[in-house]
Amino acid sequence: MLKDLFRKPKYVTVHADTVKKDIPEGLLQKCPVCSEILFIKDLDKTLKACTKCGYHFRMGARERINSVVDEGSFVELDAVLESGNPLGFGDYPEKIAEAQKISKLKEAVITGEAAINGNQVVIGVMDPFFIMGSMGSVVGEKVTRAIERAIEKRLPLIIFTASGGARMQEGIISLMQMAKTCGALARLHKAGLLYITVLTDPTTGGVTASFASMADIILAEPGALIGFAGPRVIEQAMKQKLPEGFQTSEFLLEHGFVDMVVPRTQIRDTLVKLLDLHTTGGTDNV
Amino acid sequence: MSSLLMDFEKPLAELEAKINELKNFSSEKGLDLTEEIKTLQTRAEHLKKEIYGNLSPWQRVIIARHPERPGTIDYIKMIFADFMEMHGDRYFGDDRSVVGGIARFHGQPVTVIGHAKGKDTKENLARNFGMAHPEGNRKALRLMEQAEKFGRPVITFVDTKGAYCGIGAEERGQAWAISANLTRMSTLRVPVIAVIIGEGGSGGALAIAVGDHIMMLENAIYSVISPESFASILWKDPGRTQDAVEAMKMTAADLKELGVIDEIVPEPLGGAHKNPEEMARILGKSLEKALSALKKEPIESILENRYKKFRGIGQFVSG
Ligand SMILES: [Zn+2]
Repeated sequence: MLKDLFRKPKYVTVHADTVKKDIPEGLLQKCPVCSEILFIKDLDKTLKACTKCGYHFRMGARERINSVVDEGSFVELDAVLESGNPLGFGDYPEKIAEAQKISKLKEAVITGEAAINGNQVVIGVMDPFFIMGSMGSVVGEKVTRAIERAIEKRLPLIIFTASGGARMQEGIISLMQMAKTCGALARLHKAGLLYITVLTDPTTGGVTASFASMADIILAEPGALIGFAGPRVIEQAMKQKLPEGFQTSEFLLEHGFVDMVVPRTQIRDTLVKLLDLHTTGGTDNV
Repeated sequence: MSSLLMDFEKPLAELEAKINELKNFSSEKGLDLTEEIKTLQTRAEHLKKEIYGNLSPWQRVIIARHPERPGTIDYIKMIFADFMEMHGDRYFGDDRSVVGGIARFHGQPVTVIGHAKGKDTKENLARNFGMAHPEGNRKALRLMEQAEKFGRPVITFVDTKGAYCGIGAEERGQAWAISANLTRMSTLRVPVIAVIIGEGGSGGALAIAVGDHIMMLENAIYSVISPESFASILWKDPGRTQDAVEAMKMTAADLKELGVIDEIVPEPLGGAHKNPEEMARILGKSLEKALSALKKEPIESILENRYKKFRGIGQFVSG
C-alpha cells in the first residue's frame, strides 16, 4: 500500500537481533544489563548471550531453529498460512504486512519437522519480534497442526515460546486459540507422547496460559520474563512495586513452575539428553 | 424498577416520574387527567422500545456491569434446588471469587460453578470482584473432575473481568491453573454447558467456559481484554473505550456471528436486573433444553464435537 512507502519502520533502538544478517549494520552491540560493548561476531558464538554477564538477547525464530536442530534437517510445515482479519479491524492487514516485511516471516511462529542429534521431532518456534510474538489465528492453527502432526506421526513435540500474549486485533478469536491448542494437547498427552517447552523472553499472557505451560517438561532460558499478566498491569492492580526478580525464569523455578533453567548454549544438549531418555530403554508394559 | 439508573434510560425515567406526578395530582385534586396520562403512557411505551430495543454495544457493556445485575449466586438460588456449596482447591485455599457445588436441576444432580461478584463493597472485597486467583480456577477444576467421576453434567456461569493479575496469583501459577482447566475441560466426560451471564473477560472467563453448549445472555459481553485496556494498548487512548467496544465485537450478537457462542438467551426489556425472576425463568428454560439435548448424545460424540467446536475457530488464508 502507498501508506507503507511513507511509513518508517518503528525502531526506537535498533537491536542487532531485530535486523536480519543480510542488512548492513554496526559491528557492536551494547548489553542492556551490564552495559558492556560487545562485538556482534562474539555474540554469534555465544548464541547471543552477553560474554560478560550472560544476558540473553532475544532471538528470532529462524536463528533459533538453526541453533537447535541438526543442520539441514528442518522441513517447514504450513509455511503459507497467513492471518485473516476476523474482526475487520482497522489497520490490521497493514500491521501484518509491515511485520512480514521487517521479519521476513509470515507469522509469529514457525513450525516443522527436524532432527535433533538424529532424534526426529516436531518443532515450533515463536518469534518475539513479529508483533511481539502475539497469538492470533495463525499461531493457534500452526501450533495445533504441529500437535496433531506429532500425534499422527508419534513424534516428540518441542515448542520454544516467546510471546507478549494475545493478538489484540483478533479479539475473542485470539482468546479461543488458547482452548484450541489445549484441546489438541489433551490428545497428545493421552497418546503418551513427549512434549517439551522452552520458555524464552518474554512468555506472557495467553501463550503462557495455554500451550507453554502444558508440557511434560518445561525449560526456561535464564532471566526470561515469564508470567500470566505483564509486570506493569500487576503494578497498576496492586499499586506497589514488584519484588526484585519477580516473574523471571529463576522465580518460576523457585515457585515450582519450570523444571530447569538452562543457558541457551546448553539447550540443544539438554534436549538431546531428554529425547534420548524418552526413546531408549522404556518399558512398554508399565 | 431499578434504583440505579443508567444514563441512557434517564429520559424514560423522567417521563415515568411525570406520569406518576400527574396521577398523584389528579387524585389529590379530583381532576380527571386520564387522557393526558394515557398520552404520556403511550409515549413512554414508545420511548422504552426505542431505548431498550436499540441498545448500542457500549450500552450493553453498562448493563453487563450493572451493580444490580443478577449473578451466579442469584441464578443458583432461582434455577436450582438443594444447592450445596463446596469449598477449596485442596492445595492452597478457598477462593470466594468462584462459587461451586452440587445441586439439582429438574431432579437431575448437576455440578454448578460460577464467578461470584459481591453485592456491596464488603462482599466485593471478600470475593475479589469476581476475579479468580489460581486457587479459584483449581477449585473449579476439582469440582469438574468430581462431576466427571459421578457422571454429573457441569453448568458454569461466567461473570468476571478476568483472572486476577497480582503478585500472589503469579507466585501460585495463574497461567498454569488456566491452561490446566482448558486442557482438562476439553476431555471432561460429562456434558458441559457454559453461560456468559455478565462479563466474560479473557483467560479468566475461558477457564470455566470450554463447553459443549456456550450460551450468552443478550446483554453479556465476552472479550480477550477489557475495552478500556484495548483502547490504551492499541490506541494509547483510554478515552476511546466506546470505539474499542465496537471494534472488539464483544456483544452476544457479534459472538454468535463469529461462531464463538451457540445461543443467545434473551433478557427482560432493559436488562436482567429489571426482572431477575423473569431472567432466571428464561435462562432455566434454555438450560433445560440444552441439557436434555446433550443427555441424548453419546459421550464420545459429545467429546468429538467439543473438540471440533474450538478446533474450528480461527481465520487465516493460505497466502
Ligand atoms: Zn551483559
